[in-house]
Amino acid sequence: MLMRRASIRFSPALATGVLAAGVLATASATLPTQTSIAAEGEIYHPMLVTRTGPFASAASGVSSGQQDYFALVNANGGIDGVKIKWEECEFGYKTPRALECYERFRGKWKIVYPNSTPVIFALSKRLTEDKVLGINLAGGRSESTDGTTFPYLSPVILNFWSQAASTIRYIAQQEGGEAKLKGRKIAFVHLDNAYGRQPFPIFDALAKKFGFEWKSWPLAWPALEQSAAWVDIARRFRADWAIQWNYGQSCNVPMTEMKKVGFPIEKFVGTLWCGSEEDVTPAGDLAKGYVSANYHGVGLDFPVIQEIIKKVHDQGKGNIDRKRVGTVAYNRGVLTGIIIVEAFRNAIKSAGMPLDGKKVRDGFRMIKLDKKRLKELGAEGLLPELVFSATYHGGIEPQLFQRWDGKTWTTISDWVPPYEDVVKSEIKRAAAEYKKQTKQ
Amino acid sequence: MNDLIYGIELTITGLLIGSMYSMVALGFVLIFKASSVFNFAQGAMTLFAALTLVGLIPMVGFWVALLLTVGVMGGVAVFAERAIFRPLVGAEPLVIFVATLGLAFILEGSAQIFWGTQPHGLKLGLPVEPLMIGGVFVSMPDFISALAAAFFVILLVLFFHKTRIGLGLRAIADDHVAAQSMGIQLRKVWTIVWVLAGIVALAAGMLWGARIGVHFAMSLIALKALPVLIIGGIESIPGAIVAGLIVGVAEALGEGFIGPLVGGGVQDIMAYLVALLFLMFRPYGLFGEEMIERV
Repeated sequence: MLMRRASIRFSPALATGVLAAGVLATASATLPTQTSIAAEGEIYHPMLVTRTGPFASAASGVSSGQQDYFALVNANGGIDGVKIKWEECEFGYKTPRALECYERFRGKWKIVYPNSTPVIFALSKRLTEDKVLGINLAGGRSESTDGTTFPYLSPVILNFWSQAASTIRYIAQQEGGEAKLKGRKIAFVHLDNAYGRQPFPIFDALAKKFGFEWKSWPLAWPALEQSAAWVDIARRFRADWAIQWNYGQSCNVPMTEMKKVGFPIEKFVGTLWCGSEEDVTPAGDLAKGYVSANYHGVGLDFPVIQEIIKKVHDQGKGNIDRKRVGTVAYNRGVLTGIIIVEAFRNAIKSAGMPLDGKKVRDGFRMIKLDKKRLKELGAEGLLPELVFSATYHGGIEPQLFQRWDGKTWTTISDWVPPYEDVVKSEIKRAAAEYKKQTKQ
Repeated sequence: MNDLIYGIELTITGLLIGSMYSMVALGFVLIFKASSVFNFAQGAMTLFAALTLVGLIPMVGFWVALLLTVGVMGGVAVFAERAIFRPLVGAEPLVIFVATLGLAFILEGSAQIFWGTQPHGLKLGLPVEPLMIGGVFVSMPDFISALAAAFFVILLVLFFHKTRIGLGLRAIADDHVAAQSMGIQLRKVWTIVWVLAGIVALAAGMLWGARIGVHFAMSLIALKALPVLIIGGIESIPGAIVAGLIVGVAEALGEGFIGPLVGGGVQDIMAYLVALLFLMFRPYGLFGEEMIERV
């Protein structure tokens, strides 16, 4: 009876408390971390970030890499005296939350980088209406390479189709040339969503061209259990090569599974989204020898990274644990920061302050990161040369391939270009279809 | 490779994985049996336990870390039972369910605050090379994990049937008012059950951690327990075991044979499809108690 009375007295309060804690925990994730307005002569830059949830491990590095670069720019006096003030909105890689964040800062965005293909798809219409450029490096809509059809979207570098084509070229190189691909079997293990299915048209076209057979093994998110797929790949399909197009922690699952079924890791290639330290660490020694794609340099041996360490981290102003500086995700963030700052810089130069989405989009289209400019930025070797225009929003670039030795990634290839004709043809087809659908 | 051998290999794979699903489901069953609480935080407890273990290993070594983690999970369990669930006794089941949601948030957030968001590997030293028996391959790490799961289940069964506390717990599960009137201390038994659920979470976290690494996504493994609970009956330990095996086999065979017909990706659907069939024809599960209400 005593307990019953106690429960009557306290349970509503406690239940309300626990519920409130839960609601607060959820709500706080979408609230801005600080409420501030940019001062005169400052660029106010809201950021979509993922610091919680299954994808936080790598995504947090990308966000912090950008912020460290912004901090470096500010430490050096800003962009011609104009400093960047950034503000985070945490969306935990959840598209509805990202849309809430977008609405919360609507009218303040200059450029949007969600680091999430589903979010870019969801925001496409609003970005175009608001005249704000949405970028998603090595992701997003592959056909947004075509700047004419997609004036406010850009994959910036290596759209998914270029990634798929470059990966097939890498396999062909390992086999001894495209002619050797004839009759080979390639297994494609991928998340069963828009991201995971992107390579299909490229694989179809290249299979027809070179005579290999490919088969898809779609995995429902979060794809932490892949055993049946790998039994099939290794024991029934008997693949010569396997490619994975997972994301987050589903990337490390194949390392264990393929060992269990006796599939050689030397014949396994990962997308560049399965090529960060966080993607291989959980598999331990089983990941040794794993090869993944990448599109930028890794490590600390770049002047811009050294400068960040000296002027940001050594001053106690770092935005990430010092140990993560130089990792794949972090360097990806730094180079994203470089692209964004270059767009800001060009916009200020050509149209002046205050900035808006259209000015920054135009500034993005003026980016010319040639060898000279990359050297000036201390980013030579960190990323390939990139030149954009009103018609070309980036996306057809080569990949690098890197091998994990248990501790670090080592680049093992030269830049491996995609089959440009196949990729361009797919972009043309998809852009035309989009125009037809939207009656442009 | 003919379909028969392939089917046998998939069945074995499914059985081995299924035993690990059973481990996750057991945590839910233990708490539901004793207190009729559907503990939505069981997945978060698994994550918390595994992250604590891998976080402590570099500091104190595996065995001490394991002992400390048992202690930490005991602490978490006592906190959850005393601070959240005991005062809610008698509240509507939905209120208690929401409280477990809150606990899940707290544990997931705390795990990330204490141990960070970075993923970790967990080495248990299991052999990884496949074993070939008569042309049929058997995954060694899965086989050993299944043995470990079976061993753990046997321990639990012995605990329930051969100890006073176990008997008390069974009595409470049958009728907690009658059990109390016979002198069984409800609060003590509930605390023990929450501690046991914490230890089961640690065991499941270790088995899954060795397989997929230890990271935030691990808490999603709990989703696999839901169809297991529906199929086996939410208050039945044998049900959790048998249903785990059914789900494992259904997933593997479904992906292997139905998948190619429909474009693949049916593994997760299969578990819920089987659960749906049970809901239609045997809603209280294989070993669950049929609810008979006086009207």
